[in-house]
Amino acid sequence: MMFILLGAVLFALGLYGAFARRNVVLKLVAVNIASSGVFLVVVSVAPPLPDGGTDPLPQALVLTGIVISVAVTAFGLALARRLGADEGRATLDDEEETS
Amino acid sequence: MSLAPLLIPWAAALALALPLLAGAACFVVGGRAAATLALGVAVLSSAAGIVLTAGVEADGVQRLALAGWAPPLGIVWRIDGLAALAVALTGLIFAAVLVHAEKSLDLLRGEGLSEAFRPLALVLLGGLNALYMANDVFNLYVTLELVTLAAVGMVALAGDPAAALRYLLVGVLGALAYMLGCGLLYAAFGTLDLDLLAGRVEPGGTASAALALMIVGVMAKGALFPLHGWLPPAHGSAVAPASALLSGVVAKGGFYVLLRLWLDVYPATGAAPAAAQILGVLGTLAVLWGSLQAIRQTRLKVLLAYSTVAQLGYLMVSLPLIASAAGHASGLAGALHLMASHACAKAAMFLTAGSLIATRGHDRLADLKGAAHDHPMTAFTLGLAGMTLMGLPPSGGFIAKWLLLDASLRSGQWWWAAVILGGSLLAGVYVFLAVSWSMSRPPGEPSDAQPPPLPRRLEFAALALALVAMALGFVSAEHIP
Amino acid sequence: MTLLPWSQAAPLLMLFSSFLAGVIIFTLDEQRHVLRATLNLGAAAAKLVLVGVVLLGVAAGQTFEVAWPLVGGFDLVLRVDPLSMLFITLSAFLWFVTTVYAIGYLEGSPDRSRFFGFFSLCVTATVGIALAGNLLTFFFFYELLTLSTYPLVVHRGTTESLRAGRIYLLYALPASTALLAGIVGLAVLTGQTEFSPRGSGLAGVPVEDHAFELRLIFVLLIGGLAAKAALLPLHGWLPQAMVAPAPVSALLHAVAVVKAGAFGIMRVVYDVYGLELAYDLGLSQGLAVLAAATILYGSVRALAQDDLKRRLAWSTVSQVSYIILGVALAGPTATLGGLVHLVHQGIMKITLFFCAGNIAETHHVHKIAEMNGMGRRMPWTMAAFTIAALGMIGLPPTAGFISKWFLGVGAVEVGAWWVLVVLMVSSLLNAAYFLPLVYRAWFLPPADATAGRADAKLTLLIPALITAALTILLGLFANTPFTPLAWVRLIAEADHI
Repeated sequence: MMFILLGAVLFALGLYGAFARRNVVLKLVAVNIASSGVFLVVVSVAPPLPDGGTDPLPQALVLTGIVISVAVTAFGLALARRLGADEGRATLDDEEETS
Repeated sequence: MSLAPLLIPWAAALALALPLLAGAACFVVGGRAAATLALGVAVLSSAAGIVLTAGVEADGVQRLALAGWAPPLGIVWRIDGLAALAVALTGLIFAAVLVHAEKSLDLLRGEGLSEAFRPLALVLLGGLNALYMANDVFNLYVTLELVTLAAVGMVALAGDPAAALRYLLVGVLGALAYMLGCGLLYAAFGTLDLDLLAGRVEPGGTASAALALMIVGVMAKGALFPLHGWLPPAHGSAVAPASALLSGVVAKGGFYVLLRLWLDVYPATGAAPAAAQILGVLGTLAVLWGSLQAIRQTRLKVLLAYSTVAQLGYLMVSLPLIASAAGHASGLAGALHLMASHACAKAAMFLTAGSLIATRGHDRLADLKGAAHDHPMTAFTLGLAGMTLMGLPPSGGFIAKWLLLDASLRSGQWWWAAVILGGSLLAGVYVFLAVSWSMSRPPGEPSDAQPPPLPRRLEFAALALALVAMALGFVSAEHIP
Repeated sequence: MTLLPWSQAAPLLMLFSSFLAGVIIFTLDEQRHVLRATLNLGAAAAKLVLVGVVLLGVAAGQTFEVAWPLVGGFDLVLRVDPLSMLFITLSAFLWFVTTVYAIGYLEGSPDRSRFFGFFSLCVTATVGIALAGNLLTFFFFYELLTLSTYPLVVHRGTTESLRAGRIYLLYALPASTALLAGIVGLAVLTGQTEFSPRGSGLAGVPVEDHAFELRLIFVLLIGGLAAKAALLPLHGWLPQAMVAPAPVSALLHAVAVVKAGAFGIMRVVYDVYGLELAYDLGLSQGLAVLAAATILYGSVRALAQDDLKRRLAWSTVSQVSYIILGVALAGPTATLGGLVHLVHQGIMKITLFFCAGNIAETHHVHKIAEMNGMGRRMPWTMAAFTIAALGMIGLPPTAGFISKWFLGVGAVEVGAWWVLVVLMVSSLLNAAYFLPLVYRAWFLPPADATAGRADAKLTLLIPALITAALTILLGLFANTPFTPLAWVRLIAEADHI
C-alpha cells in the first residue's frame, strides 16, 4: 500500500514539474520522476499469484516501460540540444506556438 | 475454396514486420534503391490490407497468436474489418506521400532530407499497422509509443524543435497516464487482452478510474480537445509531407485506441453514457475552437492543422451517438467514414500545401494569389479535398455527415446534429478562404509567362488522394463493418 | 456479360455526356482552342440528341431508372419522369446555345480550360438535379451545382468577382445546410426521401402526430431551396453575382441555378408532400404570399437600377417567383402557368443576358443611361432584346403572355383574387423598367453622333436571335403539340394534379 501511495505522490510531483518547470531539461527530469511513480504503482498494485509467488507480467510491463522511457529521454535530450543550438534557448515559450 | 487461412497470417506478418525491417534497411541504404524499397513496402502493406479485408469479409474476425503463444502470456493480434481497412488505407496514403516526398523534400529543404524521411516513415507505418491489429491494452501502449516517437522524429526532421519537444512531452505524459490505467486494469481483472477484458470487467471505481486514466492518456496523444495544444505548432511547422502523414493518419491513432476501448471494454463499466456526453461536449468545443482558429490563420499549413483539431472534434461528437442504442450503427459507420475520408483529404491538402511551398517558397494565404492560374491541378485538388472537410457531396465526408446526422436524429439527440451542421459551415469558411485566395488574380495584366512548372508527380500524388476521398463518397456504408 | 439495358443506360448517358467532356476539357492544354470547342459543342449536341430520344420514349410510356446504393439504405436514383424531362430539355437546349455564345464571348481570355471544365460540370449537376429520383440524389447534385458554379462566378479573379463569389457561397452554403437537415429529418421520420406522385411517400406517416415535424422539415427544405431560387429574403446574392461573365449570368439566371431552386420547390411540393398535404398544413399558402412579395419587391428594386445587368438580375428575382407562385397556388391552371414559366422565363431571360453581354462586349456600355440610340448601332441585338423584354412584360403573342394568362386564370379558379392584383401591378412595373429602356435604344439619338452601326459578332448574335425567335414561336404556337405548354399538360395529367 505504501508503495502505491509513494508511486502516486511521485507521479503527481513529476506531473507538476513537467508543467511548472520552464527549462526543458528539468521538464524531462520531471517526466522521468513521473514515470518512476507509474512503474512503482504498476508493480505494487498487482495481486500475488494464487501460489504466493509474484506475478511476472507487471514486471514485464514495467521493464518495457523503462526501455521506452529511456528512449524517450534520450530523444528528448537530443531535441533539447538542437533547440539550444538552433535558437539559443532552453524553454518552450508559448508565444512561439504559431511561428 | 478459401485461401484466407493461408494468406491471412502472411499478410498480417507482412504488414507488421516488413515496414520495420525496411525502415532499418533504409538507415543503411540510400538513394534510388531506398526510395523504391520504401514505396514498394507501402504499396505491399496496402495490398496486405486489401487481402486482410477480403479475408475478414469471407471468414470473419481473425485472431493470430504470435509464435503460437496464447494469452495471457502470449501476444494476440486481432484483425477485424476496421483494422484491415485501416491497414489498406494507411498503406495507400503512405505510398502517395512517399511519391510526393521523394521530390518535394529536396525542393523544400535541399538535398538529403528524403534520406532521413524514409526510415522514419517506414517505422511509422509499421507502428501504425501494429496499432491497428493490437488486441491488448498494453500492446496498444507500446505501439502508440512507437508511433509517437517516429512522429516526433518527423516533426523534428525539419520543423520547430520546440514544437517537437512539446509533442514529445505531452505524448509521454499521456502514455504514463495510459500505462497507469493498464496497471490498474490488470490488478483488478487479471488480464490485458481486450477480448478477455470485455468479459471480465465489472462496473466499479477501479474500472472507471482505470478507463478514465487511459482515455485521458489517448486524448493527449491523439490531440483530442482540450489536450490538443501541441498539434497545430507541430503539424504546422513540420515539413509538408510529414504533416500529411501526421495530420492525415497519426492524428487518428489516439481516437482509434479510444474507439477500441470504447467498443470492447467500456460498455461493461456502466459509465459509458455519462462519459459519452462529456466527450461529446469536449468534441463540440474542439469543433468550434479548431474551426475558429483555422479561420483566423494566415498560413495554409497552420490553417490545415487547426482544421484537424476541429475534425477530431467530430469524432468525439460521434461517441455519444455510438453510445446510444438507436444511433449506434450509423454513428459508428459515420465515425469510420469520417476517419477514412478525412485521412485521405487532409493528407492531400498538406501535399498541395507542400507543392505550393515548393514553387512559391512559402504558404502565406495572401500569397496564394494566382495559384489556380499557375497550377490549376493543385488548386483543384485543394478544393476537391476541401469538399470532404465541409462534408459536401460527392465525398466521403458527406457520407460521414449523413450518417452522423442520421444517428443523432434517430437517437433523439438533435443538438449533436446542430453541432455537426454548424461545424461543417465553419469548415466551409476556412476551406473557402484557402480556395478563394488561389482563385484571385494578382494585380496587373495576366501574363503569359509560364511560372516554374510543378513536377507532375507532386500534382498527381495529391490529386490521387483527393480522388480517393471523393470515391469514398460512393462506397456504400454497408461495406464498412 | 451484358451491357446495361437502355432504360438504365439512358439516364447515365445524359449525365455523363457533359461530365466526360468536362473532365477531358480540364486536362486540355490551354491553347487547344479548336479541340475544346469541338468537345464542348459535340457534348452539347450529343446531349440534345439523347434528350430528344428519351423524350420520345417517355411520351410513348417508357420508363427509365437507375440506382446505386449510397448510404444506410438510401440510394442515388436517376429516374426519368415528365417533370424531369421538362427541366432537362430546357437546360440541354439552353446549354447548347450558351456554349456557342460562351465560345465566342471568351475568345482570347485566359483560363478557358478551367472555365469550360466547370461549365460542363455545372450542366452535369443540372442534369443530375433534373433526373434525381429522391431528395438525397437531389441534394447530391444540388451541392455539386453550387461548387461548380463558384469558380465560374469568380472566374475573372478580380476583387469584385471574388466578393460576388463570397456572397454567393454565403447564401448557398447555409441554405444547403438547412436543406440537408430537412432531408435527414425526413429520412429519419419517414424512412424514405423518394419523389413519388402526389407525395404518396408520406402516405404511411400519421400526419396529426407529426404536424410540427412535418412543418419544420418543409420550412427547412424550402428555405434551403429558396436561396437558389432567390426567394425573399434570400435573394441578395443574385444581383451581386451579375459581375460574372455574361455566359455565367445566363447559366445562373436561366439554365441552371435559380431554376434548380424553383425545380426543387416543385419537387418538394408536388412529389414529397403532395399538394393536398402542403395545403392542409397551411404551407403552400405561406409560400404563395412569399412568392407574391418577391415578385413585387424584385420589380420595384429593378426599377431603381441604372446598371443594365443589375436591372436584369432584379427582374429575375421577380420572375422566378412567378414559377413558385404557380406551384403554391395549388390550382390546376395555376400549376400549368407555373410549370410553363420555368421554360418561358429561361428562354426570355437568357435572351436578355445574351444581349446585355453583346452590348457590353461590343460597345463597353453597362449603364442604362448610355443606351441611347443603341437600336441604330446594334439593330439585331436590340431587336432580340426588345422581343424578350416584351415577353417579360407579358404582352401577346410572346411566351410570357401564356405564363401570365394561365397564372391569372389559375388564381381566379382557386379564388385568390389578390394574386390578380399582384400580377397586374407587377406587369406594370415590368413595363416601367423595360419600356423606357427600349424607347431609349430605338428613339433617342446616340450620345456620340459619329458612332456607326456595329452589331455583335455572329457567335454572340445567333444564340440571342434563336432564343428571341423562340420567345415568339412558343407564344404563337402554344396550343400545338411539341411545345412546353403541351408537355406541361402531360405532366399535370400524368401524375401531379
